[in-house]
Amino acid sequence: MSTTTTRGVAQPAPAKASPARPRRGLRGNPTFNFWLFTGPFLVGLAIFVFVPIFWSIWLSFFDARFTVTPSKFIGFDNYKSMLTNSNFTGSLVTFTVFAALIVPLTWALSLGLALLVHRLRFMRAFFRSVFFLPTAVSYVAAALIWKMSIFTGVRFGLMNTVLGWFGVENIAYLSDPNPPWYWLVIVTVRLWLQAGFYMILFLAALQNIPAELYEAAAIDGAKPGWQTFRYITLPQLRATSTAVILLLLVAAYQAFDEFFNIISIKATWGQTPLMVLYKTALGDNQDYGAGSAGAVILTVLICAVTLLQGKFMGFGRGEDSK
Amino acid sequence: MSALSNSNWDRRNVLRAAMGLAAAGGLAACGSNNGRGGSGGSGTQLTQMFHAYGEAGTEQAIKRYAAAYKDANVTTNWITGNTFEAKLFSSLLTKQAPDVFEFHPQIQMVKSGQVADLTDIIGPVKDDFNPADIKSHTVDGKIYGVRMIDDPQFFFYRKSMLEKAKVDVPTTLDELLEAAEKLTTNKVKGVFLGNDLTPAINPLLWSAGADTLTPDNKPAFHTDAVAAGMKQLRQLFTSGNLLLDAPADYWDPSAINQGLCAIQFCGMWAMPAMQKALGDDLGVFPFPKVGDNGKQSVYNGGWSMFVNAKGKNVDAAKEYVKWLWIDQKQYQEDWATSYGFHIPPRTSIAQSATKLKSGLPAEGVKLFNEFGHFDNIGWTQAMITALTDAFANSVRKNGDPNAALATAEKKVNAELKKLFG
Repeated sequence: MSTTTTRGVAQPAPAKASPARPRRGLRGNPTFNFWLFTGPFLVGLAIFVFVPIFWSIWLSFFDARFTVTPSKFIGFDNYKSMLTNSNFTGSLVTFTVFAALIVPLTWALSLGLALLVHRLRFMRAFFRSVFFLPTAVSYVAAALIWKMSIFTGVRFGLMNTVLGWFGVENIAYLSDPNPPWYWLVIVTVRLWLQAGFYMILFLAALQNIPAELYEAAAIDGAKPGWQTFRYITLPQLRATSTAVILLLLVAAYQAFDEFFNIISIKATWGQTPLMVLYKTALGDNQDYGAGSAGAVILTVLICAVTLLQGKFMGFGRGEDSK
Repeated sequence: MSALSNSNWDRRNVLRAAMGLAAAGGLAACGSNNGRGGSGGSGTQLTQMFHAYGEAGTEQAIKRYAAAYKDANVTTNWITGNTFEAKLFSSLLTKQAPDVFEFHPQIQMVKSGQVADLTDIIGPVKDDFNPADIKSHTVDGKIYGVRMIDDPQFFFYRKSMLEKAKVDVPTTLDELLEAAEKLTTNKVKGVFLGNDLTPAINPLLWSAGADTLTPDNKPAFHTDAVAAGMKQLRQLFTSGNLLLDAPADYWDPSAINQGLCAIQFCGMWAMPAMQKALGDDLGVFPFPKVGDNGKQSVYNGGWSMFVNAKGKNVDAAKEYVKWLWIDQKQYQEDWATSYGFHIPPRTSIAQSATKLKSGLPAEGVKLFNEFGHFDNIGWTQAMITALTDAFANSVRKNGDPNAALATAEKKVNAELKKLFG
């Protein structure tokens, strides 16, 4: 109530000062303006995002097989079946392994590339573009190249040819999960695809570090190389690093394309959560209830992880609260 | 004031979230190319959905048949890649659903009302069809699909390679393992069973004297002979004599044509391409016997035409299916024998199909008749997935076959309960 009163009193003053009286009505009603600008957006949002979300939550409590307009309420049965489904719980482990491999590797590789490119004196733009180019390749196309020409199990696959020079037997990288060579294929393809993009982010951050810092450090006796990197460069990149790690984690959560194309849904390993949901709902089984239940479980998990991460890394908190 | 600033923060966040989500939603809305665009024309519009056949000329043939139909404008959706089932099932829920599509007989599509009853169009010519093909499409006396082609799947082998290695054609799984060992050199692998080994699943059940389901719809695949067969398959998988991760999968003749393997599991459809590449250096044999009480087997797969019961033009769609797959016998024969080799399900066409009368194709037809097992309409996609998982876990991964089969049995029972109560 108090805010309304203050506003009511405060508003007329600027309005009087303004010569453009006809615009007063529009300017004078913040609530109307708010809805005017956000309204169309919110309508679209409701139709394309909120309705599907709530529809999905609704579906998760029904026996929705071969239909998205079910009538048989079954309570928490779908949740029970998803949580006891070893494919679904296994996919959470798969995802965790994937994130544990890809996040630090991409972070290190893109930072390394950025440092190298940053030190170049000539042809910097050329190398920057070359490393960035893979970002433009589709995940599906890259996955197929990795699967069908680099890591095929036959003797003329690129990797097997190279290994053959050293007398190593042909390896079936994808069919045989022992040892889990498929991780090599999956991780390298994504590393190749995304490292360039994060390199650009690091490069921008590196260029923003003031040269005076390095000068001062040199005067104080800091040795160039590791010491400077450890105590000047790395702390200065903290904000970018945090953002990069967050983006990498989000991207890892969404992993689908390369897993789907390289490992396929006929295997029981290397299945990410999205693949299991796809298999349950959109794929062969057409069980939209169970699929929706899985989606809700996944959403709750992602929310929890994001909140925890925010708590520990302080991402999204105001500058002053640090 | 704190209340005011708080509400500002909220609005901004709402906006930000809205922008992000709207962008995501916009992207998701893309890609609605359903193959209908630009067809125009007059009269009834029909859409048919096919998976991409590997043989040259098949897509043109299907489109040529459709163009010859006068009573409706038929658009073809030709689905490449290995996601035909997923594309079909998800599109059946939408307004862009095909009116007519090819698939295998599966009872859940009947129970959920996705496919229309075609008894009235098949009825008059019922006796001309292979009885097994009528049986596999019948639920409670109604026939739900028109079989277009029967596709037996068996082993193809290079006669010269077997002679050179002094190997006889294997009749038991043990002999197949031995043959694989003897045929493997540093250039050629003994056997190719597909990259994920899934095509071997059903034949292995039948060859071990088991089945997918019993006649009264109980799981029939969990037997000691099947588990022992899976152990042997695991042995073959780890022996280094099996071709793995080939660039093309089992349904494509590339592996045997390019000399990557001596024996390949494949379908009759690829026979013309193999004969073209290898000439007379080619023989066929059924899936070998597993254990002592088994019998050699052949999987008689194939494709059938179904009508989407929830489509807008069910009657027009049925008319089209009747016209093409019942009345137009010259197209049916063309489809079965001009590209890949398939066995026509109609006796009258099978009798006139001269290409299948002699040589290797005739041997294929003999295997089909002698050892063939047809689809069971009660064996649905969810059950197929359960058994595929069991094989992946115990053949490609080193799991216990009995435990894997027990898990699959549990899943299949749950599915059967949902279907039959």
